[in-house]
Amino acid sequence: MSATVAMARIIDAPIHPEPLLDAVAADGHGAALLFLGTVRDHADGRPVSGMRYEAYVEMAEKVMDEIAREAAGRLEAGAVAVVHRIGTLDLREASVGIAVATPHRAPAYEVNRWIIEEIKKRLPVWKHEHYADGDAAWVEGTPLEADA
Amino acid sequence: MQIDVLFFASYRDLAGAERRSVTLPDGATAADLVARVRSLDDDLARLPEAAAVVVNHHVVRSDHAIAPSDEVALLPPVAGG
Repeated sequence: MSATVAMARIIDAPIHPEPLLDAVAADGHGAALLFLGTVRDHADGRPVSGMRYEAYVEMAEKVMDEIAREAAGRLEAGAVAVVHRIGTLDLREASVGIAVATPHRAPAYEVNRWIIEEIKKRLPVWKHEHYADGDAAWVEGTPLEADA
Repeated sequence: MQIDVLFFASYRDLAGAERRSVTLPDGATAADLVARVRSLDDDLARLPEAAAVVVNHHVVRSDHAIAPSDEVALLPPVAGG
């Protein structure tokens, strides 16, 4: 038995939970865990009004697929679906959606968390934070490490 | 060889364009490419020496040799999620 990658995409439209959960659904699953990363209204105490996400799309699609495959490899059974949105997002909108479904809950929690941490380390995406006072700035990120 | 270098996010702001062309000697490495890009103008001189070099969608080490047909990009620290 092994897990499957149901979806791994970069999209420029809103993220909806149902298609992610539908993508990982199977009769043998007893757990389906959905994580949404959303745009919050503050950064380091400064009011934020929105966010613009940019990607090196061709590379990001490959990296997203790699992360999803590695995540599936960490599961004995189950399914993984992950999407990252690019473009301009309002407060509360989801920038990332991760669904992991497994026969039992523990590995779903573990692997869902693993995926978001890997996205933050490896996915070539950047965010331009828009502040309530009209200013904007690139968010400081994590330096990429050379591929092994 | 002539290489078109792609820039993203804050590095694109420094470059003033999505791509800039540089001329490199045959056998030049990723480190040579960064040094050449940093020498293009005062804004690009602010690019970190340790900028991530991506060749054909893979992050490479500083001693990686660049080939004329490579797709080369310089990427700032990533901030997805």
